[in-house]
Amino acid sequence: MEITVTINGKAHTADVEPRTLLVQFIRESVGLTGTNIGCDTSSCGACSIHLDGEAVKSCTVLAVQADGHDVTTIEGMAAADGTLHPMQQAFMENHGLQCGYCTPGMVMAATSLLNENPNPTEEEVRIGLEGNLCRCTGYHNIVQSVLACAKG
Amino acid sequence: MTMTDQPTGVLGSRMLRREDPALLTGEARYTADLVVPGALHLAMVRSPYARARIVSVDTAAAVTMPGVRAVYSGADLADTWAGPMPCAWPVTEDMKNPTHLPLAVSQANYVGDAVACVIAETAEAARDAVEAVVVEYEPLEAVIDLEDALSDRVVIHDEIGTNRSYTWDLKIEETEGACDAAFAAAAYAVKERYIQQRLIPAAMEPRAVLAVPQPFGGDMTLYSATQVPHILKVMTALTLGIPEHQLRVIAPAVGGGFGSKLNVYAEELLCVALAKRHGVPVRWTETRSEGCQATIHGRGQIQDIELAADANGRLTGLRVRLIGDMGAYLQLVTPGVPLLGAFLYAGVYELPKAFDFSCTSVFTNMTPTDAYRGAGRPEATYAIERAMDSLAYEIGIDPLELRRRNFIPTEKFPYEAYTGLVYDSGNHDGAATLAAEMVGYDELRERQRSQNVPGATKRIGIGLSTYFEMCGLAPSRVLASLNYGAGGWEAATVRVLPTNKVQVVTGTSPHGQGHETAWSMIVAEKLGISPDDVDVLHSDTAIAPLGLDTYGSRSLAVGGVAIAMTCDKVVDKARQIAAHLLEANPDDLEFAGGEFSVAGSPDRSMPLAAVAFEAFTAHNLPDGMEPNLEAHTTYDPPNFSWPFGTHICVVEVDTETGETEVLRYVAVDDCGNQVNPLIVDGQVHGGVIQGLAQALFEEAVYDSDGNLRTSTLAEYLVPAASDVPPVITGHTVTPSPTNQLGVKGVGEAGTIAATPAVINAVVDALSGLGVRNVPMPASPNTVWSIINAAQGGSQ
Ligand code: FES
Ligand code: FES
Repeated sequence: MEITVTINGKAHTADVEPRTLLVQFIRESVGLTGTNIGCDTSSCGACSIHLDGEAVKSCTVLAVQADGHDVTTIEGMAAADGTLHPMQQAFMENHGLQCGYCTPGMVMAATSLLNENPNPTEEEVRIGLEGNLCRCTGYHNIVQSVLACAKG
Repeated sequence: MTMTDQPTGVLGSRMLRREDPALLTGEARYTADLVVPGALHLAMVRSPYARARIVSVDTAAAVTMPGVRAVYSGADLADTWAGPMPCAWPVTEDMKNPTHLPLAVSQANYVGDAVACVIAETAEAARDAVEAVVVEYEPLEAVIDLEDALSDRVVIHDEIGTNRSYTWDLKIEETEGACDAAFAAAAYAVKERYIQQRLIPAAMEPRAVLAVPQPFGGDMTLYSATQVPHILKVMTALTLGIPEHQLRVIAPAVGGGFGSKLNVYAEELLCVALAKRHGVPVRWTETRSEGCQATIHGRGQIQDIELAADANGRLTGLRVRLIGDMGAYLQLVTPGVPLLGAFLYAGVYELPKAFDFSCTSVFTNMTPTDAYRGAGRPEATYAIERAMDSLAYEIGIDPLELRRRNFIPTEKFPYEAYTGLVYDSGNHDGAATLAAEMVGYDELRERQRSQNVPGATKRIGIGLSTYFEMCGLAPSRVLASLNYGAGGWEAATVRVLPTNKVQVVTGTSPHGQGHETAWSMIVAEKLGISPDDVDVLHSDTAIAPLGLDTYGSRSLAVGGVAIAMTCDKVVDKARQIAAHLLEANPDDLEFAGGEFSVAGSPDRSMPLAAVAFEAFTAHNLPDGMEPNLEAHTTYDPPNFSWPFGTHICVVEVDTETGETEVLRYVAVDDCGNQVNPLIVDGQVHGGVIQGLAQALFEEAVYDSDGNLRTSTLAEYLVPAASDVPPVITGHTVTPSPTNQLGVKGVGEAGTIAATPAVINAVVDALSGLGVRNVPMPASPNTVWSIINAAQGGSQ
């Protein structure tokens, strides 16, 4: 069936199968491959995006469910002139990434976390990110990145 | 962060990573992100049985499904392979290595073993067709228990007639019988059994492969999420019998490896073989469940360790018996993993020549094991560090004190160990002292005494781990003595372009380590230019044809040093040119800040940029000199490098729930000089949490029929941020004397040190309750049952 999803401010219309996941639609139909896939049990959070401003795992949403909705992916975070989003900048400055595979999802989850709780404690950051797995960083610098971003 | 004596300059600065912007914006391309029109999708038919005879494979229904191009059984492709899947480490002459083909032909030997495959126009079509392939199996009894495997009650592979792959001994005695004599004369002795559970590496990026035939001439480009593009190229050529020079392997952005991508896998070989056969690109992307089943596992050992000590607690003898779980087949370096640990069983301690090690490795009906972050060294370190705590308990002294009595004294470095290996440098007491200070060791022991009173349900435990890491793999001759099938050198090229920009070509293949940043810093420091003017080229065998890739904490200590040495060659050549143009003696030229100047007459100078342009135009070079400013090095390290450190973990165990809370974790690591402390700390953080995860959370669980019970990330407990503590890092700096950068390596240190530190802490917390050991992972359930058992089931 035909759906229209606004992704990073641009409307994308495509014919999708009912079983197509939103993450597949984003990666394959729209060609935005920054959103990663790390599991098949909605456990890892690598696929996190913003759906109408809130972080969701895009492997848990059918593409058809996003019809008429607003999606932001990692590609939509930096400014048009290439200036990194403050969260991206904080990850860079605090070495919050190594291989980078979890990173798009982490950045999307972390920005959503700060939207809800602009001044989290370290504990709140750790709990807030518990749906996103990272195998490289041990989370230490990811948590530091989010706290640094919150401080501004 | 605490640190002493770190050099300053570009080298040693906390430079932000140049890799990050592409990764942070989603612009980086992992293998599965590459768009290649017309690629067919591969999907694998995998055995649901741990051991079964393949009676028949019926592909008729699958092949007629929409979008399906072809379906192959193992028998259909048996003639495709010029050789079996490679094992590069035949550790003994008589090692048994059962035939391992990308698709099994007559018998499947673990759940997930591939028996057939499909190629189709879409991934969905391929997956749907997998369901329609009808394989008739005759299930056979599976062997899961290591000691049962050893008994040969059921032999897994008929062709080798036993489950025993090899026995490898390392007995080092001053005089014959010295080890037994040490035990006979010991004032104290401990005998312990530890189980290294199987682990699933779980790099966040699943494996992915894309083979693309090139137009005309039969060339093939293989993209793979691999740590080892160079090794993969050689092995793919050998296994498929295709000319190596027509194969190009590229590792695009790679999302972590931890050893699991240090291999040659069936899907890589199948993609190339089928792309060749069908003349179209073929791709495959692993699902996580496939990753859990058919990407290598780590660890998997039963360790029996015995320590003998004199009345002062000084070690006098050490005996180790290992059973290594190879899984169903030998992968690339499977049999060598226990050997890598063999040399580290005495850890950082002085041991006389009274050492008796033997490892027997067996086949089981489980996923093949292979190198996982640390590879043999975490296992060895775990055994000695746990046993040292037992010995301290036996003697009745503080575990830190026991370690201090046994440390190799700093003034004895370089130190020739009982094995004959020379430890280049060390300062174990220094690292331990700093860690103890940082954690507040004495206060903690006070607090422990007042808190862990009889009846207390929240008990404090303090766990130490003082470790040595043998890394910088490796001197080629040492590898030869261990029967390893390749060398340990690394290659580098440094090319100064006419506009004074620099290209560095490295044979290392990063997948999160930040080599582009670190290597550019080395070159910047050596050539006196900005790191921004350095481009680092890697992970593509057409651009970087020589290399031995990234594993075993080797990249900096071998590959980075190769780059520094190459910069020296570039400067030497540039010096000749500058001297010629300045009409000076080359020996009178000083090189600093990217500029040559004549000693004593600073007005006579020439920047490297000008030299590079002169080298390019070649209008006026010294007689006989070749144009261009470029040099190459292949560096074979003279020794391993020997990072070390002390980690201290503090836990509180709730005896009513069995829950362990990590209160504090301090890691003091000495990896010699640090190129970029930001990256070093990141490596330590990640390594520590991976090691802690083995201690507290992770285990690949099989049932007695050989079904993997943890085949998704919902069941296999990779910890989340909320499960783990912050890691407080500190460093001492003891430069390696064997290389010009004074560097050692840090990729695996955290994983090696952390596991015993955490379990030592848990056992320490419970020592007042009669608990002497806690198996891993120390889940609340396990800890609770152990307490209960120790209390005679009365709790
Ligand atoms: S891909 Fe793992 S949660 Fe979506
Ligand atoms: S940075 Fe590699 S998984 Fe997080």
